[in-house]
Amino acid sequence: MKTIETFLSEHPFFQGLDPAYIDLLAGCAANVRFDAGGHIFREGDESKAFYAIRQGKVAVEIFVPGSGPIVIQTLEAGEVLGWSWLVPPHRKQFDARALEVTVALKFDAACLRTKCEEDPKLGYELLKRFTQILGQRLQATRLQLLDVYNVSR
Amino acid sequence: MRPRPFRVIRVSRDARDVATMTLEPFDGHAADAFAPGQFNMLYAFGVGEVPISISGNPHESDRLVHTIRRVGLVTKALCGVQRGEAVGVRGPFGRGWPAPREMEHRDVVVVSGGIGLAPLRPVLYELLANRRQYGRVSLLYGTRTPEDILYRKELERWRGRFDVDVEVTVDRGDAGWRGHVGVVTTLIHRVPFDPATAIAMVCGPAVMMRFAATELIQTGLEAERIYISMERNMHCGIGLCGHCQYGPWFICKDGPVMRYDQIQARLDRREV
Repeated sequence: MKTIETFLSEHPFFQGLDPAYIDLLAGCAANVRFDAGGHIFREGDESKAFYAIRQGKVAVEIFVPGSGPIVIQTLEAGEVLGWSWLVPPHRKQFDARALEVTVALKFDAACLRTKCEEDPKLGYELLKRFTQILGQRLQATRLQLLDVYNVSR
Repeated sequence: MRPRPFRVIRVSRDARDVATMTLEPFDGHAADAFAPGQFNMLYAFGVGEVPISISGNPHESDRLVHTIRRVGLVTKALCGVQRGEAVGVRGPFGRGWPAPREMEHRDVVVVSGGIGLAPLRPVLYELLANRRQYGRVSLLYGTRTPEDILYRKELERWRGRFDVDVEVTVDRGDAGWRGHVGVVTTLIHRVPFDPATAIAMVCGPAVMMRFAATELIQTGLEAERIYISMERNMHCGIGLCGHCQYGPWFICKDGPVMRYDQIQARLDRREV
């Protein structure tokens, strides 16, 4: 049976991370499972965790009154969900909903923040990884905003 | 070079503003053989002529297939033609995607956006017809909404195969959409390929191609193994009139498919 440490070291987000840090992070992690259609968190919730997706598919949504939820991005195995645990005010910016049965590692935010404060090298390592993801997502969002396929603009 | 008359034998509406027409020559002879990525000048009689990529199967010589998006007068006329009507054809012109022998035993990544899937479809026919000759094959396709997806049935069929990875994403999903949402470049790291030897072919809006090429290079793929299809105002088709000049090249003759390393610096130049 695989341990959380094994799942962690296999997940692309943690690739190349010092094994000592893998053990440290595993102490804040737990395996979780979401049924299809179930909400993982909602906009405005306190950001108590982030998730490393192992299986399944998650929709990141924004709720538009009158239109309902609009999917702005989908995330799959190998990706991470949630970054707002890292910086104040620690509030979720969007809804997240499992589109299919989803299995993930859930990281307790308070536990992680404490470990990052105690070991700034770990904190900086995680910050670099999250910043890279934020950069990629910002770039993707800009490309989406360009609406490049719309020729009738 | 005069247009050769072809009869429209089938028209299908692929999306709100996109039609695919199948043509056969009036004279009963075969259509000219083409290489995937080449284009024809299609003439809507009495209206005008436009360059349109060939989107059919290169192994079917008795017919031509073109997918056309309605953006101007001529394409509007072409999208409106009915079965039995005539269309003029000049071509095929230009340089296409890498020849099959250049792709043999390599992983092939096809990245397409919007109508950009049309010029890549002949490559997919070739790859799938001779599947064992190639390494892993991935098709990544991004479009605006689920309604804009081209060749939906074909994509579903290819997706059902075990020997090709097909990933489709939309910029905006709707309530019934269960697939990916996000730009096509986000799919690149989701498919397996060996960046040391793989070949990538990219076609879509210019901005999308630039972002896709950047993402592919970040995976370790060298720019000289990335091919993109340029869209310019082709007119004569043989590099004489100069309408499609792009730096030292005439896109109608030296393109439309070009190697990214050769064109990258010019793509980033704002004046060109």
